[in-house]
Order: sequence, then C-alpha cells, then structure tokens
Amino acid sequence: MDSKEIIARRVAKEVQPGTLVNLGIGLPSLVATYLPADRGVFFQSENGVIGLGARPPEGMEDPNLTDAGGGFVTAVPGAAAIDSAMSFGLIRGGHIDLTVLGALQVDAAGHLANWMIPGKLIPGMGGAMDLATGAKRVIVAMQHCTGGRSKIVTRCDLPLTSVRPIDLIVTELAVFAVRDGALMLTECADGVSLDQVRDRTDASFEVGSKLG
Amino acid sequence: MIGGFMGVGTPERLIDALVASGKTDLTLIANDTAMPGKGIGKLITARALSRVITSHIGLNPETQDQMNAGTLDVDLVPQGTLVECIRAAGVGLGAVVTPTGIGTPVAEGKRTLDLNGKHYLVELPIHADFALIAARQADYVGNLEYALTAQNFNPIMALAGKTVIAEPDTIVPVGMIPPDAVRTPATLVDHLIRRAL
Repeated sequence: MDSKEIIARRVAKEVQPGTLVNLGIGLPSLVATYLPADRGVFFQSENGVIGLGARPPEGMEDPNLTDAGGGFVTAVPGAAAIDSAMSFGLIRGGHIDLTVLGALQVDAAGHLANWMIPGKLIPGMGGAMDLATGAKRVIVAMQHCTGGRSKIVTRCDLPLTSVRPIDLIVTELAVFAVRDGALMLTECADGVSLDQVRDRTDASFEVGSKLG
Repeated sequence: MIGGFMGVGTPERLIDALVASGKTDLTLIANDTAMPGKGIGKLITARALSRVITSHIGLNPETQDQMNAGTLDVDLVPQGTLVECIRAAGVGLGAVVTPTGIGTPVAEGKRTLDLNGKHYLVELPIHADFALIAARQADYVGNLEYALTAQNFNPIMALAGKTVIAEPDTIVPVGMIPPDAVRTPATLVDHLIRRAL
C-alpha cells in the first residue's frame, strides 16, 4: 500500500453515515474510493453539485458536469445542482458535516496553511479558506513530510488558510487530534513506532493514553 | 466579470469575440483563469488583461508568469467571499461581513467587526461594467436556465453587471421555459447571443 492509500483508507473511517462531505482536490479526493457505497454519504463539490458520483465511462462525459478540479464526474440519484452562492452558503453556514483538505503545513495549535508559498507557488485559495472556516469538521489528509522535512511544525511560517483550528491530521505515519489548541497523537500507523513519529514531527504533541 | 469554473459554463463565443477585438488593459472578475487555450485562459494568452480579481490561478501557468513578470495584477479572493461580494453588488448591499479570511493575508488593510463575540471581515461589493455569462437555454425575452455545474457564478453575475450579455446554447420561443425553471429573469439580461454551433 502506498502512503496515499494508507492515508485515504484511514480518513474514510472518519466519514459518518448520512453526512454531507466535501473532499479537496488531489489526495483528499481518493477518500471516496475507500468508502462503502451503503453509507448514504453525499459528496459536495464547491463548483456546484451535491451528490457527486464516480468518473463516467469514456464517451459518457457530460461537459456541464465536473468537479472542482475540472474533471468529469457523474451525479448520483438524489443529487442537486446549485450555484456558487448557494454552494458557499452551505460551506460557510456550517451545513457541510466534514471537509477533507490537503496541507502544506499544520502547526502545533492546529492551524492550517495550504494555499501559497510566497515567491514560489501562488495557486490561490479557491474554496479552501471558506471550507476551513465554515465546515463542521476539518480533517487534514497529507503526507507527513515533504523533501525530508516535517509538515507538522511548531508554528506555520506559510500564510494561514484560517485561524480556526482543524480537528484531525491523518498522515501515512500517524493520526493526531487537535484538542484545546494542542496536538494529541492518537494512533500510529501499522508498523510505525512512537519514536519514528517523534523523529519525523517538528511540533510538540501529547501522546494519547492508548499509546502511553 | 465572466462566468465559469475551470472553463465549464464560460461564454466561449463572447471570449473569442473579445480576443478578436484586440482590447487590452481590461480588469477581469472571475472564479479562476481556467487553463491556457480554454475559456478565460484565452484572454490571458492574448494579454488582454491588466488586472484579475479571482480565487484561483493554479491551473494556468501563463497567469502566474504574467503576474511574476509584473504585467498582470492578481487579487486573490476566497471563493465564497468573491461570489458573495458580486451578489452584494447586484442586490444593493453595502458590504459582506464574513469570518472567512480573518487572521490571513486576505485581511490585510481591511476593516474587521466583532459581532456577538465573533470576528468578521468587512468585504466590499464587486461591481462590473459588463457581465458575460453562459446559460443552457434562453427564451427570446431573455429568461435563462442553466445546466448542472455550468451554472456556478453565472446567475450571480447576471445581477451585478451594468450590461449583461448572455450566451445560451439555444434560444427557444417565449413560453418554452416554464416559469419555475427560470433561474435568471429576463429583466437582468440586456443582450443574447447564441453559442457558436
């Protein structure tokens, strides 16, 4: 299993039946692959659909039915098409139960930075700031390190996406919950030791009782 | 302002005409700058723009090149704030008061408000001289209906442009679009031009 699959499979376990979920572009979008179909979960895509389905077979694409990355999708029975004001009304208004976002950095207080690296990479925030601010629950799904450096840092030096702390970090090595403005390690991935997690994590964190 | 989301629901014929007109130094308000060669990306390639107010430029390296070269000013706005500021302009509201962007670079130079114990940013309406929008279908008086995710910013921008030019896929006789299906009432639409076949 590669690291992205480990992360996506673990995040899928967090998705509660009957909820409305927004998955970010890239790694977070893989979560849908590992979710049993019978959970009654609807996926929202901020470009304007609730009830996002799988990619259509070749030749069956509808040019007017895409996800937020511009890729062709389908709509499941019970789906709704909405405009951008409604879409972000749902996001900012707390009607999205869960969003799963990628990250460049998360810090010891649970702050997320995921939309720019000054002077290097400036794609723009798209819907990320609204999602990080307004969704009921925010999970960050990301690789633990980039170029050998921990993405879980003491304090974000990249511009923040929101000052509202995220709720959970899932990486290929570990799961951290954010509680009262601090990180708590709640799980190590299969075959990963506490020392390995400590070694690869810059931010300080508490260790959950199960991991002692 | 121009409707569309990553090139979906964008009035391609109007953009082609704008490129052909050779106009430059335009300010664009749009969700994103699409990709090179598609939708709004054609205006970037043609160097028709001097300023862009948008939420995302990540899929168009030409936008980033022009921004880095200093020939294009890019104002990045959170997507929910962008659509709501456009709506505010169209519906006569003086500001949008939103929690999005507090404590981030988006808040720099802007007023904040504390209401009921929460922090908000005061964002001002975004007006435009022209709104160029795409629709699935229009009738001859200008009522519009939209297709799936091709609606995105279009019905909101129809409220906010001083002059609204709509590009539907088809134009049908009056009465063919049931009143319940009309998303943009004809009173908002100044001109219709059918999408190129």
